[in-house]
Amino acid sequence: METILLLGSGALKIGQSGEFDYSGSQALKALKEEGRRTILINPNIATVQTSEGIADTTYFLPVTPEFVEKVIAKEHPDAIMLSFGGQTALNCGVELYRQGILEKYGVKVLGTPVQAIINTEDREIFAEMMKSIGVKTARSEAVNSIDEALRVVREIGYPVIVRAAYTLGGLGSGFCSNDDELRELAASAFTYSPQILIEESLKGWKEIEYEVVRDRYDNCITVCNMENFDPLGIHTGESIVVAPSQTLSDHEYHRLREIAIKIIRHVGIVGECNVQYALDPNSDDYRVIEVNARLSRSSALASKATGYPLAFVAAKLGLGFGLDEIRNSVTRVTSACFEPALDYVVCKIPRWDLGKFEGVSKLLGSSMKSVGEVMAIGRSFEEAIQKGLRMVGQGLRGFVGNSVTVPDVDSELRNPTDKRIIAIALAFSQGYSVDQLHDITKIDKWFLQRLENIWLFSRNLAEVKELGELDHELMLKAKRMGFSDWQIGHFVACGKDVAPSVMGMTIRKHRKSLGILPCVKQIDTLAGEYPAQSNYLYFTYNGDENDISYEKDGRSVIVLGSGSYRIGSSVEFDWCGVTAVKKVREMGYRAIMVNYNPETVSTDYDICDRLYFDELSLEKVLDVCDLESPLGVIVSTGGQIPNNLALPLAEQGIRILGTSAQSIDMAEDREKFSEMCDRLGIDQPRWKELSNVEDVNSFADEVGLPIMIRPSYVLSGAAMKVVSSRSELEDSLRNAAVVSQEHPVVATEFIQRAKEVEIDAVAQDGEVKCYAISEHIEFAGVHSGDATVVFPAQKLYFETVRRIKKVSCRIAKELNISGPFNIQFLAKDNELRVIECNLRASRSFPFVSKITKFNFIGMATEIMLGKQVESYSKTFADIDYVGVKCSQFSFARLLHADPILGVDMASTGEVACIGDNYYEALLKSMLSVGYRIPDKSKGILISSGPSYSKVEMLDATRMLRDSGYRIYATGGTAAFLAENGIESQTVHWPDSDKKPNVLDILREHRVDLVINIPKNYSSREIDNGFAIRRSAIDYNIPLITNARLAGAFIYALCRIGIDGLAVKPWNEY
Amino acid sequence: MKKAKLLLEDGSEYDGYSFGSERSTSGELVFYTAMTGYPESLTDPSYKGQILVPTYPMIGNYGVPDDEFENGVSKYFESEKIHCSALIISDYSEKYSHWDSARSLGTWLKQNGVPGLCGIDTRALTKKLRNNGALLAKIVFEGEDVDFYDPNDDNLVAQVSTKEVKTYGTGKYKVLLVDCGMKNNILRCLLKHDVTVKRVPWDYDFIGEDYDGLFISNGPGNPAMCTETISNLKKAIADDRPIMGICLGNQLLALASGAKTYKLKYGHRGHNQPVLVPGSHKCFITSQNHGFAIDEKTLCADWRPLFVNLNDGTNEGIEHVSKPFFSTQFHPEASSGPVDTEPLFSRFVESIKQWKNEQ
Repeated sequence: METILLLGSGALKIGQSGEFDYSGSQALKALKEEGRRTILINPNIATVQTSEGIADTTYFLPVTPEFVEKVIAKEHPDAIMLSFGGQTALNCGVELYRQGILEKYGVKVLGTPVQAIINTEDREIFAEMMKSIGVKTARSEAVNSIDEALRVVREIGYPVIVRAAYTLGGLGSGFCSNDDELRELAASAFTYSPQILIEESLKGWKEIEYEVVRDRYDNCITVCNMENFDPLGIHTGESIVVAPSQTLSDHEYHRLREIAIKIIRHVGIVGECNVQYALDPNSDDYRVIEVNARLSRSSALASKATGYPLAFVAAKLGLGFGLDEIRNSVTRVTSACFEPALDYVVCKIPRWDLGKFEGVSKLLGSSMKSVGEVMAIGRSFEEAIQKGLRMVGQGLRGFVGNSVTVPDVDSELRNPTDKRIIAIALAFSQGYSVDQLHDITKIDKWFLQRLENIWLFSRNLAEVKELGELDHELMLKAKRMGFSDWQIGHFVACGKDVAPSVMGMTIRKHRKSLGILPCVKQIDTLAGEYPAQSNYLYFTYNGDENDISYEKDGRSVIVLGSGSYRIGSSVEFDWCGVTAVKKVREMGYRAIMVNYNPETVSTDYDICDRLYFDELSLEKVLDVCDLESPLGVIVSTGGQIPNNLALPLAEQGIRILGTSAQSIDMAEDREKFSEMCDRLGIDQPRWKELSNVEDVNSFADEVGLPIMIRPSYVLSGAAMKVVSSRSELEDSLRNAAVVSQEHPVVATEFIQRAKEVEIDAVAQDGEVKCYAISEHIEFAGVHSGDATVVFPAQKLYFETVRRIKKVSCRIAKELNISGPFNIQFLAKDNELRVIECNLRASRSFPFVSKITKFNFIGMATEIMLGKQVESYSKTFADIDYVGVKCSQFSFARLLHADPILGVDMASTGEVACIGDNYYEALLKSMLSVGYRIPDKSKGILISSGPSYSKVEMLDATRMLRDSGYRIYATGGTAAFLAENGIESQTVHWPDSDKKPNVLDILREHRVDLVINIPKNYSSREIDNGFAIRRSAIDYNIPLITNARLAGAFIYALCRIGIDGLAVKPWNEY
Repeated sequence: MKKAKLLLEDGSEYDGYSFGSERSTSGELVFYTAMTGYPESLTDPSYKGQILVPTYPMIGNYGVPDDEFENGVSKYFESEKIHCSALIISDYSEKYSHWDSARSLGTWLKQNGVPGLCGIDTRALTKKLRNNGALLAKIVFEGEDVDFYDPNDDNLVAQVSTKEVKTYGTGKYKVLLVDCGMKNNILRCLLKHDVTVKRVPWDYDFIGEDYDGLFISNGPGNPAMCTETISNLKKAIADDRPIMGICLGNQLLALASGAKTYKLKYGHRGHNQPVLVPGSHKCFITSQNHGFAIDEKTLCADWRPLFVNLNDGTNEGIEHVSKPFFSTQFHPEASSGPVDTEPLFSRFVESIKQWKNEQ
């Protein structure tokens, strides 16, 4: 049997997200269907592709040439696939090829040949190739120095775009309109790549993409084209994107299509690729911007937008099949050699979380900052975009009717940020015309006209004085334009004192009484031309007939998905959802999934029995329930969005499966939960909800500083902060906008140097049936989503463990939990305090499930469906290996953001690796998120912060010295090291004139690891610390900002080393 | 917007809003799945007598260009006017945006006296047509009822074909083009080569004409109606001069060769139809617009299939086993649609060159 190695993409980060779980999973499915043995390397333990039964063998190891070579040496695969794991897999594959490793072991590359990949990645070669077939690319030149860059600009003329070769999603790229800007940007770009490109700027041109497929018989199809709402200049990952294109004539559409096919043939792709164009909005001139010779974010979007399983087909083409030999998996009767016809429009909208980062630049530009995306489907643009804006999950009611403000609309339009779309809505109300908006933004007038339609219509709604005036015609028009019931309620209720939730339900009732219901339409790839058994569905009001009929047998189980990926909710909840759906089906029920994230496996229509690719709102979930008459709804496997729907759904008479909505509310509601803890004698850190500054001050007096401040109007802990001095407290209260009755803050006692411990568990009727206890390496104060987590916990007192079990069982019983739950504790000197309790799956469920090889979600699902389960008897003492979960940060993309960890989550992804011991697992895991074994020819910079961390770092520093590393240290650290007999080279603070300056050694890459432990005292230290940390990120030097993590990493580095890392697959543990 | 009704022969009724000419009309209701190209489709003479239902919901986005001419051929359109009887869509873009548009779709429809309705569930309509086959339909404005009309009973080709003989280009090779309802892009594609095209009416007796290659265009309706063209073609295939046909031209060639044609349930109309070269892995994505097809089983011994439809196995083109005759059911001239099969025009011109050389 042929064995095929597939490379995954590792941790989710900005520019490379869950879409590669989707593409890898599909590829593995295709390979399995063809009887191949598959090996997967991917340290991302939370993915679906690394679950049991997907690949035959899975390695949780870094996707780097060294590790992949070791796996190849061990497994002797016949072939390798490089195009399903994003840029990470592609770069790794190119490196393996260049080093001759693939040749050495006789490993064939399936699909697109590596040379073709290299040709598309090297812009100069690519431009030459395009020229040779008469295809236009932007005028550009590759340069190797800043002087050369300046010379090239003399020829091309400003503005120009600077790009670094071989980087993810435009890292190190940007626009320059003068020499100073060019010098600055070029310097930064050179740190990512030895070569940069200076290109003519096509700012204001339309940006269009095509997804192209080619087989080995030279058959080519384009599966989808997509049009960016924003013109060129804003990265496609930062832009609203529609599919299919809306403003292209047939001539333009097919001309670009023809060129895309010409390119893919010339390059020699076998499989899938993406071609990006700039199209002149005033003529039919065009430029090819780039070609991605692999599955991409756009191809995942195209797959979901069309129903065409691109990754699945690409994998089959890689095996040598022709397009004509593959069936259309939606219709099952027609061929995969066709181009999908859409009878709807999709709208992709990025999700940003820039509010989570201190100091970050919010300007949108040619490099990507968004952390996730949503896809909305409708039969009018208005319907799709309004749905989409609600899906983004940042409190928008739609395009209009929002309370979000933009201080200076004009400036926002000229310098777009994440608030661009809001600014457009506000601009209409300030009297801007479509023409004016077009002149400023260069957004095609058609999009602006459609948005104006929404705004104009909202004016009509605002005139409705009472419900009776909202007649059939007006209501239908509102729904066809994508207004939600809440949003309609907002407009008609203007000036009335009705709670939005009540008004929303009033409108819903009124709408139903008018007989206006959404219809369910299928996505069938052929616009209805052939009968399809498609279970891929969406709601629209632009229609009057449902495509499917319902069984109404009470055997439908609705599983709510997790929505867009964002900081705090990511692929781990997709794994939970997919796992629940699989279990539901296995138990003989009909699994119904509701989700709208195109980067997920849960939105693959063959995962469930019916997929509603639609909003996770009360309105839409009730619509699904009306049609499905389900047994009930599972709200506990999709993170916080479905969890928040539990109570409203229950209030409408929908059955919540598992733990009751009242119990969920009890855990969610701070007051109620505290009351319960007090009653049960369970400790919590002291906290208070306070509505004026004096009360906050007196609370600080009472519990002592530091305290944690959380503005209560922000969801998921945004802008949370620990303050350790009076002045900091005052600052933070000022920053927390207005502290008032409506916007109180929650102040919590902060316990320093306490361990953070978590339990993930499943209970039935209040009795705990399985549990896993893990500990954080960092002390409390680092958000649990950013912390490095060890499971099984290695360094807890037995006493602590016993107490954790006891408290958890007590809470489970009290809340009568039936399903998954997670509790977070602070442990110090055997004292235990509960800091958080969620009656739903947490982000660590896939981690503990895969380490224990016992599926926690599987058991939880059985319980929620009423099956009596046996307790899982293994305790963590029985596990003779260790898993360590590390976080992935994307600071490199977040210009000016301080790469520091705090109580607010900042990581965008995670990995976990297994080792025979703690340090081995830790080292593998850290190498998987971009840390590297520091080069011995370079040094290590240590700036170890407060005195206790100086002490904490001492042994580790000694170890580094003994291993032969040169130590650079800032003033205080150097003195402390000298006192303890460790020699170091003193480097001066960034703001000092003295040499050597720390910034110089960073710029010159004289160090290969930076350890900077922040102190929180004087502003000078903060500014200097920031300069060091930010420079480390900008110069792409690994950075650690936590003393405990730094100590552990150094220990692992010096004691285990790269040779001590076992290359063992998951099943050998 | 004024309201109007769409009535189907099976008794079903749909309410819509008028955005075109406000007059009642009737015809055969057909759907097409192309997502772009409404100016091209509406001016395609093959749609004569038909009420068009694009499955793509938003139509009119990029407006309609002006009536400009280049070398005596309309620059943007496939003929000089709108040929379909009416347009039924879901969502109409009253406002539009494109650098070369000159008017809205609604204005253009009004200028041509063609009704258009929006606000209709076109997917539901498409599914109905898929299940029942093409249906007769009418658009009725209040107080102005009309009768159902079956265009297949009429000789539509006679209605849309050119009335006079016209010559285009000054190339070396003489192509005689029989216009059965020709799309302008056939002409544009031919004129890219070294040819002079003589365009003649559908029933023009070209036997005895001095030409190097014969081209039979697309056109509307039932091929069996074109008895004159078929009888001319019977004589032409006795000769050796190259022949190429498209769509209706393909069916006429088949009928002339002795094969039979039949009406498909609901036809192929769109930009995404895959065709395969039999016995190979070679396939092409094609633009199609036809309600009739060749019954492959009835092909005579000296003809063979050139292409078959990958989805439903229907014939998509034929060729003569020894002579330079071939035709396609799909539209290699595209416009609208994918241009992948345009090289077939080169094949035709090459075969003319070869034939000339052998003389």
